Amino acid sequence: MAVTLTINGHAVAFRPGQTILAAAEAVGISIPTLCHLKGATPTGACRICVVEVAGARTLLPACSTPATAGMQVQTESPRVVEARRLVLELLLSSGHHNCSVPRDRDADWTDFQLTVQAEDGTDRLCPVWGDCRLQELAFRYQVDGSRFPATATIYPTEMANPLIVRDFSRCILCGRCVQACNEVQVNRAISHGYRGAHSKIVAAGDRPLADSECVFCGECVQACPVGALVEKKARYQWRPWLSEKIRTTCPYCGVGCQQWLHVQDGRIVKVTGVEEAEPNQGRLCVKGRFGYDFIYSEERLKNPLIREEDGFREASWDEALDLVANKFKQIIAESGADALAGVSCARSINEDSYNMQKLFRAVFKTNNIDHCART
Amino acid sequence: MTNSFNEMARAKMLMVIGSNMTEAHPVAATFVKNAVLKGAELIVVDPRRHKLAEMAALHVPIRVGSDIAFLNALMHVIIAEGWQDKRFVDSCTVDFDKLAATVMRYTPEYAADICGVPADMIRDTARRISSVQPMMLCYTLGITEHTCGTHNVMSIANLQMLLGNMGVECGGVNPLRGQNNVQGACDMGALPNVFPGYQKVTEAAAREKFQRAWGVDGLPEANGLMIPRMMEGLVDGKIRGFYIFGENLANTEPDIRKVEHELASAEFLVVQDIFLNETTRFGHVVLPAAAWSENDGTFTNSERRVNRVRTAGPPPGDARPNWWIFQQIAKRFGQEWASNSAREIWDNEVSVLAPQLCGIKYHRLEGDGLQWPCPDENHPGTCILHRDGQFTCGLGIFNPAEWTPPAEVPDDQYPLVLSTGRRLTHYHTRTQTGRCEGLNDLLGEETADISMPDARALGIADGETIRVSSRRGTVTVKARVTGEVPAGMVWMAFHFREANANWLTNAAFDNITMTAEYKACAVRIDKLTEKALG
Repeated sequence: MAVTLTINGHAVAFRPGQTILAAAEAVGISIPTLCHLKGATPTGACRICVVEVAGARTLLPACSTPATAGMQVQTESPRVVEARRLVLELLLSSGHHNCSVPRDRDADWTDFQLTVQAEDGTDRLCPVWGDCRLQELAFRYQVDGSRFPATATIYPTEMANPLIVRDFSRCILCGRCVQACNEVQVNRAISHGYRGAHSKIVAAGDRPLADSECVFCGECVQACPVGALVEKKARYQWRPWLSEKIRTTCPYCGVGCQQWLHVQDGRIVKVTGVEEAEPNQGRLCVKGRFGYDFIYSEERLKNPLIREEDGFREASWDEALDLVANKFKQIIAESGADALAGVSCARSINEDSYNMQKLFRAVFKTNNIDHCART
Repeated sequence: MTNSFNEMARAKMLMVIGSNMTEAHPVAATFVKNAVLKGAELIVVDPRRHKLAEMAALHVPIRVGSDIAFLNALMHVIIAEGWQDKRFVDSCTVDFDKLAATVMRYTPEYAADICGVPADMIRDTARRISSVQPMMLCYTLGITEHTCGTHNVMSIANLQMLLGNMGVECGGVNPLRGQNNVQGACDMGALPNVFPGYQKVTEAAAREKFQRAWGVDGLPEANGLMIPRMMEGLVDGKIRGFYIFGENLANTEPDIRKVEHELASAEFLVVQDIFLNETTRFGHVVLPAAAWSENDGTFTNSERRVNRVRTAGPPPGDARPNWWIFQQIAKRFGQEWASNSAREIWDNEVSVLAPQLCGIKYHRLEGDGLQWPCPDENHPGTCILHRDGQFTCGLGIFNPAEWTPPAEVPDDQYPLVLSTGRRLTHYHTRTQTGRCEGLNDLLGEETADISMPDARALGIADGETIRVSSRRGTVTVKARVTGEVPAGMVWMAFHFREANANWLTNAAFDNITMTAEYKACAVRIDKLTEKALG
């Protein structure tokens, strides 16, 4: 007999050591989370995942409370919903989180957005509008930040590096970035700093990322559930409703990380790791996450080139390929096929290497084909 | 790799030798670090105290090129103490006696002199790796880029067989491959001795099989040339036509001056690439290719996982997929190749001809891909090779190796060792990463990394421009004074044309693989006088 607990009236089996959250997720019961980062130590910091447990004095965080046999859990009881609304209202009133539901419900939506943008000091919509966990939950629980006085943001946005924007006005101090940095990638560059109203996620000594241990893997950006950490290159470019996600494999080292290419109008605007995919489990490095835009360089070769006395001239494919074929034919006729040699590419796709060795073996009739296999 | 990346996070004992994982394979390193956080023991064997060494229970800073002496001494201790996996050795291997005879002479004291580490540290390492089974061993180019690279690899295999760490989860011999598809390019037969799927060109049956499949006759019987021999052939005229696809040889091969002389000697050079680079300067024809994300295809990673690459947008201008270019040349020789997409090439040719890949078809690659060997379409793929001690050739053969020094060792004139590698932010010759917004801001120039004692002895300050010279060339470069590098070593990368380490490296090669000794040559460093600075 498996051990069970009861969630919303349903008997749910669990493994000893599993949390209420894990047991619920295993059977498809969704409990909202904000600070929870799969695979990292639960912190129970945000209190969004609280549930009602019969006999417990208070509501308990599902992410960090172990399931026990016979436990009676309610995940969306009135008490739970009330608590979540309060948590959300407090979060929404701290900093710039005024995107969710118009506080003046009679106001025009456009007017509302203009007001919001004016408050943010930017003329553009929040960079993660439509892809924000806090916004999603505010909508789900129909709350806004008007109940409590708004808290002023005391830390300016950090733009002082080429890749990651840190907008502390949108940070909810959930700590997911800290866990991503310390427990997932284990780069140990950022942690919680200061106390109380002065709390801030800091790199050592509260220095800018560029002057810290940060290696710009961007795992923190991927973990951020709000708009506090965003990719500088994608900021205000990428919009979830305009972009298509295409899965691919990273073009750099031999780990073969799985990436989502976020593509708008046929152009990659952002790259993220594919969560729970082999081999990288959502992780990427600085090259995998930020090293995609070389393909749009103006310096790309766009036409075949043929050498003239004083440099290259553009040519058609037919002219260039005829030249290559004729010259190779001449060399084979004069000196034999072994007077040709080829080096294939260890960065390009399998099918390219296959065709190149086939060209050398089946067409030219030489085995002089190699690549940088050993380096 | 005999094993898979996800095992690194679950391993209890890891030894990483000749691998700067945190910079060269950053995501793989995260799994090793996860294991350490969960209590695993990590031993880092590397001349440099690189970032991963901070997480290690033990860092063994052996001298550059002393790997075989170190590994043999570990095996000496293990055999002397009787710590080997006797059951595995007896039932799954042959020639243990030959190994025992060779490592007999490699006492910890003898090896200590060669390796520059205390004998007790060698004993300690042997004790640690024997006390937890299995031990997962990872290595990279610190092992292979030596004139004794093949023997280094054999010594690693000997150690893992001796400890019975083969064919088990969280064990194995795990070389992390440098390029995204270097495994795949080997699998595809872009090698002078094998057809796709490692079928030897010297075997008549294999040639007949490919003759039938390709509808041709007279496939060549003799092994072809490896890159260094091809390059030499350009100079002596044995190679008249040379076709370089997607490699910037002018920056990546050792001894740039020699390489450029060779490339300049080419009678007819075709270069197929996505940018003009240092190599295209020597080309007679340059063919513009589609890049990553501009056509569909597959990559095969270090753990033999075949994964999809998909199209995000079209290539610029008239650039075309590489496979198409090869197909069009074949056509001009009167051969019509039927496969008209990467998918058709894979499904109708590659996976039909390579026995390890027969079960891998595009329709099976929608999720996390498949690891070969995957012999049929119902096969789930293979995470761990040599399961239950079954080796490809039956029993595992101990091939003991003797230590040999690098081809060029320090002397009075060139008293330091130059070792080379990659840095985190850039990739190879920066044809790609150098054109990505932001990456040059993080790392904008090459440095020569030197130790504090050497810096002090020569009066060199951190950030000061110095001259590094070898018998082959000289570069001026900023010194980076760091505790990562041991005294007597200079460490550089090859990302920048200016101050590229390959102006200095030695074109000495492993006899068997023709891998160059990028990891060791002799150099000197000089402070620039005011006058020289001009």
